[in-house]
Amino acid sequence: MISISLEMGLLLSAILFLLGLIGLLVRRNIVFMLMSVEIMLNAAGLAFVLGGSRWAQADGQVMFIFILTMAAAEVSVGLALILLLYHKFKTLDVDAASKMRG
Amino acid sequence: MLDLLWTVPAIPFVGFLILAFFGKRLSRYIIEAIGVGSIGLSAIFAILVAINFMSSPPAGYSFSQRLWTWMSVAGFSPGISFYLDSMTVVFMLVITVVGFLIHMYSAEYMLNEEGYSRFFAYMNLFVGSMLTLVLADNLVLLYLGWEGVGLCSYLLIGFLYKDPSNGLAARKAFVVTRVGDTAMGIGLFLLYTQLGTLQIQDLLSSASDTWQVGSPLAIAAAALLLGGAVGKSAQLPLQTWLPDAMAGPTPTSALIHAATMVTAGVYLIARTHVIFQLAPIVMTFVAIVGAATLLISGFTALTQVDIKRVLAYSTISQIGYMFLALGIGAWAAGIFHFMIHAFFKALLFLAAGAIIVSLHHEQNMFKMGGLKNKLPVTFWTFLAGSASLAALPLVTAGFYSKDAILWYSFSSEQGSPWFYVIALLGAFITSIYTFRMVFITFFGEAKIEVSHPPGKRIKIPLIVLGVLSIIGGFIELPHTLGHWPAFSEFMSNALPEVHVPHELYSLEWIFQIIAGILTLFGIFIAYQLFLKNTALKDKITQNSFSRVLARFWFSGWGFDWVYDKLFVQPYIWLANINKRDVFDLIYSLIAAVNRIFHVILTLTQTGRLRWYAVGIVFGAIVTLYVVVFA
Repeated sequence: MISISLEMGLLLSAILFLLGLIGLLVRRNIVFMLMSVEIMLNAAGLAFVLGGSRWAQADGQVMFIFILTMAAAEVSVGLALILLLYHKFKTLDVDAASKMRG
Repeated sequence: MLDLLWTVPAIPFVGFLILAFFGKRLSRYIIEAIGVGSIGLSAIFAILVAINFMSSPPAGYSFSQRLWTWMSVAGFSPGISFYLDSMTVVFMLVITVVGFLIHMYSAEYMLNEEGYSRFFAYMNLFVGSMLTLVLADNLVLLYLGWEGVGLCSYLLIGFLYKDPSNGLAARKAFVVTRVGDTAMGIGLFLLYTQLGTLQIQDLLSSASDTWQVGSPLAIAAAALLLGGAVGKSAQLPLQTWLPDAMAGPTPTSALIHAATMVTAGVYLIARTHVIFQLAPIVMTFVAIVGAATLLISGFTALTQVDIKRVLAYSTISQIGYMFLALGIGAWAAGIFHFMIHAFFKALLFLAAGAIIVSLHHEQNMFKMGGLKNKLPVTFWTFLAGSASLAALPLVTAGFYSKDAILWYSFSSEQGSPWFYVIALLGAFITSIYTFRMVFITFFGEAKIEVSHPPGKRIKIPLIVLGVLSIIGGFIELPHTLGHWPAFSEFMSNALPEVHVPHELYSLEWIFQIIAGILTLFGIFIAYQLFLKNTALKDKITQNSFSRVLARFWFSGWGFDWVYDKLFVQPYIWLANINKRDVFDLIYSLIAAVNRIFHVILTLTQTGRLRWYAVGIVFGAIVTLYVVVFA
C-alpha cells in the first residue's frame, strides 16, 4: 500500500480549506457559499482523520463523525434559510440581503 | 409604676404610625381622637410616672429602663433605653402637657386646612422624637431624637407647601440647624474616641475623672456641643432660621418653635453640664452668647410688625436668658425659665393664632386693634401671657423665673455686673415690646372685622396655659419672698446648685425692686408711645437716624444680609462656575471615547455577509498569529 506522508495530507487539507474560503469570499450566490462552507468543513475533517492515523488514535475519526453530523444539521438549516431568502428577494444574490447595516 | 416610662414616648409614635398609614382613610373625628388622644394618654402616663418619681424617689434620684440593644458593633452597643431624673421629669411633663394642650387647640385650628391627618401625624412624630431626645440615656439615642425633631420642624414649617416661600423657610431652618448639628456630631465622635462611651452618666463621670478643669479636649468637646445647642436653640450666630420658621401653622410655632424643640439646646447643655464645668471658658462663652442674643433679638422684636415675628424674636431672646443662666452656672434657674417660658410663650402663640384665624389670617399687628372687647378670652389670656413674658412683679410666673436669672447673673460666682446690666436692659426692652404688642393689637380703634370667634377647644388650652403662666412661678419663691425653693431643690438631685457668696443675700431685694420698677417703667413707656401719645412716637421715629436704626433692627441686625453675602452668594457663584462638574469631566471623557468607538464600529456593520466573513477570517488569522508566534 502506498503510504501518503502526513505533510502531503495536511497540504491537501490546507488547499481544500483555502479553496473553500476563497469560494466563500468571492461567490455572491448563496448556494455556492453554502457549498464552500461544506468544503471547508471537510478540509477540517480530513485534518482530523490524518492526525488520527498519524498517532494511531480513534479520536480523529470520532471528530470527523461529529463534523459530519454537524454539517448535516447545518445544511438543513442553511437550505431552509436559502429558501426563505429566495422567497423574499426572488434572487440568490446574498448582497441583496444587506438591509441590516450600521 | 416607673416601668411605664417607655409608654410616654411610645404612644405618640403609635399615633404617628396609625395616622401616617391610614390617615387618608379615616374621618376627621377619628383622626382627631388619635392625634390628640395619643398625646393626652402620653401626658397621663407622664404625670403618673412623675408623681411616682416624686412621691417615692428611686435610689440615687434616677431611674433607667433599657428596652433593647439598638446595635452592637465592636463593643459599642447603645440601647433604646431611657433615663429619668428630676430634670427629665420637668422636660417630660412640659412636653406632654403643653403638647397635649396645643394638640387640642390644633384640632380646631387646623379643621379647615388640607392635610388634617398629615398635620397630626407630624405633630405626633414630633412629640415622640422630643420625648426620645429628653429621655435618652445615651447620646446616640439623643441624637436620633434631636434629628427627629429637626425633621418634624422642617416638615411642619413647610406644611403649607403650595406656597414656595414656606418651602424656602423650611429649607433655611433645616440647613441652618444642620450647621450646628454637624458640630454636635463631631463632638460626639470626640467624646467617644476620648472617653470610650456615649452613655451619658458614664460619660460624665469618666469626663471628670479623665480631664482636668480647662483641659483643651474638654474645651473642644464643650464647644462642639455648644455648637449643636446654638443651632437648635436659635442663638447667635445661628438664630436666623427661627423668625422664618413662623411660616408654619401657628400650633407648630407654639409647640416646636417656642415651647419645646428650640429649648433642646438648653437641655443638652444642662444634661452634659459636667463637661461644661470642666471648660469654664466655654461656660463664659455660653453666657456671652445668651446675653448678646437676648439683647439683639429684644431690639429686633421692638420693630417687627408681624405678631408672630415679634413672638419669634421674643422666643430667641428668652432662650438667650436660659443660656445666660446656664453659662453662669445657675442650672436650675435656666430650667425653671424654660418651664415658665414654655407656658407663657405657647400661650402667646396660641392666642396670636386665635386672633389670626379670627381675622382672616391677618398677621400684621397694625391692621388689628381694638380686639379687647371682641375676643375677651383671647385678650385676658394674652394679657396673662404678656405680663408673664414682661415679668410683671409678684403676680406672674415670668417674674420669678426671670428674676432668678437676673439675680444670679450678678451674684453667682461666674456672674458679673456686665451680665446683670445686659439682662436688666433686656428685661426692660422685653416689657416694652411685649406691651407694644398688647396695646397695638387689643386697644385703640378696631380696624378689621372679627369673622368667627374661637370655639371651646381653642379657649380651654388658652385658659389652662394662662393660669399656668400666672401661678407656675409659685413653686420657686426667692429668699426675700417666702423662701420656698421647691423647684431648685428638686433640680438639685440632677444639677449642681448655684454658688452665691453669702454676704450678697442681704442685697437681693434691691435687685428685685430695680427689676420690678424697670418692668413697670417699660410698660408705661409702651403705653405712652403706642396708645396714649402716638404723636411722640412719630416724633421719635421720624428723624433719619432712628429710621435707619429701625430698619437695621427690623431686618434682625442684618444677619440675613451678611450670611447671604458671606455664604449663600459665594456658594451660588461657585456652583455656577462648577455647573459642568470638574470631576464629571473624567467620566464624560470615558463616555466620549466609547462614543468614538461606537461611530467607528458602526462603519463595519455594512450588512454584507461576505464582509463579515472577511472579518472572521482576519480575526482568525490574528488569533492564529498570536497563538503561534507570540
